[in-house]
Amino acid sequence: MISPVANFISRAVVQGIPLLCGSTGEIITEKSGNLNLGIPGIMYVGAVSGVAGAFFHEKLAAGPLNPFLAVVIPLVCSLLGSLAMSLIYAFLTVTLRANQNVTGLALTTFGIGLGNFYGGSLAILYGEGGALSLKATSDVFRTALPFAKNLGSVGLVLFSYGWLAYASIVIAVIATFVIKRTRIGLNLRAVGESPATADAAGINVTRYKYGATCIGGMIAGLGGLYFIMDYTSGIWSNGGFGDRGWLAIALVIFAIWNPDIGILGSILFGGLYIIDIFIPNLTRSQQELFKMLPYIVTVIVLIFTSIRRKRETMPPQALGLSYFREER
Amino acid sequence: MTEKKRSSEPLVRISARTVPMPALKAWGIRLGAIVAALLLAAVFVVTVTGLNPFEVYASLWKGAFGSLTMFKRTVQNTAVLLCISLAVTPAFKMRFWNIGAEGQVMAGCIATAACMILVGDKLPTPLLMLVMVITSILAGVIWAVIPAFFKANWNTNETLFTLMMNYIAIQLTSYLSTVWENPAGSAHIGVINMKTKVGWFPSLFGEKYLLNILIVAAITAAVYVYLKYSKHGYEISVVGESERTAKYVGMNVKKVILRTMALSGAICGIAGLIIVAGTDHTLSTTSVGGKGFTAVMVSWLAKFNPALMVFASLLISFLEKGAGQIASDFRIDPAIADILTGIILFFIIGCEFFINYKLNFRHKASVEAGITAVPVLFEEEEAGIAEKSGTDGVKEEAES
Amino acid sequence: MSINAALEMKGITKRFGDLVALNNASLTVRKGEILSILGENGSGKTTLMNMISGIYFPDEGHIYIDGNEVVIRSPKDAYAHRIGMIHQHFKLVDVFSAAENIVLGLRGGERFNIKKASEKIRAISEKYGFIIDPAKKIYNLSVSEKQTVEIIKVLYRGADILILDEPTAVLTPQETARLFDVLRRMKEDGKAIIIITHKLHEVMEISDRVTILRKGEYIDTVETASTNEAELTEKMVGRKVSLDIERSEPHDTADRLEVRGLECYNGDGVMILDDVSFTAKGGEILGIAGIAGSGQKELLEAIAGLQQLSGGDILYNDPKSGVTEDLRNKTPRQIRDLGVRLSFVPEDRLGMGLVGAMDITDNMMLRSYRKGKTAMLERSEPRNLAKQVVDELDVKTPGLNTPVRRLSGGNVQKVLVGREISEGPTVLMAAYPVRGLDINSSYMIYNLLNKQKDNGVAVIFVGEDLDVLIELCDRILVLCQGRVTGLLDARTAKKEEIGLLMTKGKGAAKND
Repeated sequence: MISPVANFISRAVVQGIPLLCGSTGEIITEKSGNLNLGIPGIMYVGAVSGVAGAFFHEKLAAGPLNPFLAVVIPLVCSLLGSLAMSLIYAFLTVTLRANQNVTGLALTTFGIGLGNFYGGSLAILYGEGGALSLKATSDVFRTALPFAKNLGSVGLVLFSYGWLAYASIVIAVIATFVIKRTRIGLNLRAVGESPATADAAGINVTRYKYGATCIGGMIAGLGGLYFIMDYTSGIWSNGGFGDRGWLAIALVIFAIWNPDIGILGSILFGGLYIIDIFIPNLTRSQQELFKMLPYIVTVIVLIFTSIRRKRETMPPQALGLSYFREER
Repeated sequence: MTEKKRSSEPLVRISARTVPMPALKAWGIRLGAIVAALLLAAVFVVTVTGLNPFEVYASLWKGAFGSLTMFKRTVQNTAVLLCISLAVTPAFKMRFWNIGAEGQVMAGCIATAACMILVGDKLPTPLLMLVMVITSILAGVIWAVIPAFFKANWNTNETLFTLMMNYIAIQLTSYLSTVWENPAGSAHIGVINMKTKVGWFPSLFGEKYLLNILIVAAITAAVYVYLKYSKHGYEISVVGESERTAKYVGMNVKKVILRTMALSGAICGIAGLIIVAGTDHTLSTTSVGGKGFTAVMVSWLAKFNPALMVFASLLISFLEKGAGQIASDFRIDPAIADILTGIILFFIIGCEFFINYKLNFRHKASVEAGITAVPVLFEEEEAGIAEKSGTDGVKEEAES
Repeated sequence: MSINAALEMKGITKRFGDLVALNNASLTVRKGEILSILGENGSGKTTLMNMISGIYFPDEGHIYIDGNEVVIRSPKDAYAHRIGMIHQHFKLVDVFSAAENIVLGLRGGERFNIKKASEKIRAISEKYGFIIDPAKKIYNLSVSEKQTVEIIKVLYRGADILILDEPTAVLTPQETARLFDVLRRMKEDGKAIIIITHKLHEVMEISDRVTILRKGEYIDTVETASTNEAELTEKMVGRKVSLDIERSEPHDTADRLEVRGLECYNGDGVMILDDVSFTAKGGEILGIAGIAGSGQKELLEAIAGLQQLSGGDILYNDPKSGVTEDLRNKTPRQIRDLGVRLSFVPEDRLGMGLVGAMDITDNMMLRSYRKGKTAMLERSEPRNLAKQVVDELDVKTPGLNTPVRRLSGGNVQKVLVGREISEGPTVLMAAYPVRGLDINSSYMIYNLLNKQKDNGVAVIFVGEDLDVLIELCDRILVLCQGRVTGLLDARTAKKEEIGLLMTKGKGAAKND
């Protein structure tokens, strides 16, 4: 017997994973002082690159797919796509010291365009009825643990997800550990708090900013990949990803720059995203009102933390600022 | 001194310009960046689609200015984008990163549509117009002042707050689309007052969009004068440059923040009015269609100067409309417009660096000695610059 | 090249745009010695040191360490050559602990071991006599503790060449004495130490040799034992100067500003002003002495209407009408509307007194832009005032349209003081008005203040140089940790006496 609560939680988790990837990636990026508003675009590109990889793999492979290749090819494609996007951002903001807000927004415009262009083109060229379906690859991504079905509610809540969901949570845990407990994390935080201090201490600020932006971008791109391969079962439709990228940025604030809090936050946000379906007797209009909740919750958290003003819950001090050593 | 020792000096060193670059040269660089971007865009379009680049550019031109109708459409589109760009500018000059124009315009759209739907047949036209103007402005103001209130009092991060407000407005539109749906069950509002045209902007001299354009032209002039010659504009500049200085001379910083954001919201509200009453005559979640975000970039590209903003918004509109034509002429996805816009923006954003900073190359003697060929000698930070030979940096990434 | 030279610099030139910050400078420091670098502000001391520590890269010249030519392109390179610099503005991450700051940027063992690091920090502290808690967050540390963290940071990295950029500027005399003890111990340990300062008595006290720079030029290097303060001053400023500031006798003094029992807390709930009372009289200069951060800034800001007070009164006696107004908790604008002509030259000129990106004209109207009934700005009057200030105070600027940020420090200050004086003030407050200025500009400022005093203005002068305070002011109020610890007649006051009062407060016990 599966309880409705378990059903709700499992759906919330599935909704939350793309947000978790996006926010983990953005947290890593922001810790280096880069406010990357291009994350929504990067997630689009992460998704479409994976789609392209899977598409050509499915095209070329006659017969059943090799599960290993079916995972690795889209994964590598997705990572490379996100990496390329992150490099544009890093090059413009770090090397050329461009305004981070404007660069980020331009990157999002570009990334969404790129995603829709390639996804849409593939769908027009090869899809059936205007939509592109990559069911075979998606099935590999969605393979859950075999015993999940036998464990009822527990199985559903804990073991029913595709591997990328677990990977995302592991990545968030590792990211927390690296940021808080390792030398790299210490250096990274120093770069985001005070790049001049980090520089004087012999830390290569440029390398850390590039590194954090690229790694963060690639993790965020995985969120896009998960969305396509797992959540939508391999069906690309233009604009389907919606505003999840911005919600991921909202989650960064909700998690006060802690990826581990982000794990719980993502499930909460995922839950808020779909709670309208689980409340009986809602009219269509009322359902639409419920979809406002995640944004309202974020606004409340934003207000609350800013009123409390605790030193440790503040954004990195140099967030949004370019660093130039010979400034005087 | 031997060459060997010299060589360990970094190849390129960067220093901030203490004396600004001559304006003519700076604009030359910007123009060069746009040309380079268009070339790269051509390379992109050709490699992806295999089309003849000249045909593609002809199509781009045709889409934007090919016929009188298209020209009017492009100008109309420019007017709306310009209006929103003008709206965000006072806030930006104050260093208030308002990226919530999308939501503020949407609020104006909602208010306008609400007037047209709810009281359209109850009021005489002049009164209705007045009510529409007032409510749309009010709606924009409310949407802008909420984040400003928290920023002014608790320094709440305005970038993120206004971002969230966008989606609250869009969701509100979704909700209203089901409330006011027409026909029933469609979840769309459809053209409002299709038969009676109540609440629609009138045509002037037979031109549908002329009123829109005149309104925006007036706002452009007003914002220009306001920022440059008014006491309020002066206060905005001071608060933006240094809040402490503003307090030191007794400016009420909170009041300036609230007032300026209210102004931003008001102009956004008017933009919403123009979109619904003057152009679309309907309301949907895509009424603003990302123009709120594009406007942020337009305002920044124009260096917050309303006069330059006319050109910046025209450039972006030209690309949008032209790329739409490319998409339909060659049956490719219309999202190509966003890609081309993105490429151009990257180049314009990137070229500012070469205007604001000076690259000091190592002594010519050693360059001639061929030491430049050894990449290990670059200082890491600067290696990227040395590699950026015009277009390469972005090209590779665009194609991946 | 001497055998035991730890570091040698030859023919170093550095330009910033058109400005030559350093021209053909040279320097040698030996192992086991303390070398002072002496020079006025803008002489290129800090620029020179930044080139040793990899912050700047020289345009010309050579650097040798232990006799071998080296290239220092980044702070990392500097550390590799065992060079450590303690900057004047501490380079510490506020939200990190002391230990985290000390190990920042070090290699080895990706999972850093804060416990081990703390042990090593304790060992270093014992060896040289520091007192520090490695687990404390930087934002909870005092200025001298922060400096200690900086010094341990470079020692932890095994630095053999230490550079200290004006380390005593922010310290009390006791803290300075303790710092000097530490430096001597390091010298005995064979370290080469470079200390930048412009305090002559410290140069005489601590260093073995002195290198003098003036306006970016290398002047000389002398043995401390064979020189004296007068000779050093002459080399530093290029001509004999006596610090004779013309001081007129105050006349027609009347109580202009009465401050009674001021109390003020900062954002962290720490008491910044504790029962401060004094009276400023028209026609005299009241000096305020105290080590940095004793509440001087808050006191002036409180009078100017920029601080929330939790107690006390600020009474202003109008010299014309004789009316007394209470300025407590009034905004600057309300104070102005009362007709109180209060001028304030704040410490942070470009961050508070002026808008760096605006030109001189627009800065002139900062205080007066509200004039006139229309919503539009009136720029012709400010433009005339700008011309007048530029002419009368000899401001060096390419034009009235140049953003003030591009002007040199002295010219920035002239613009600011010019504007504040143009208002015809009855009270003029100036916080560190000559900081960073060359001698000529400084004297111009002193003269301007004196002129205001002669005009019957109540001048309040916050300064750091005790010699200047004693020669310029009529009375000196001493602050320590937000409390008034003394009020002296400047004509009879002794430097030592003031120095003692500056450290007399609550903190004195803690420091011992």
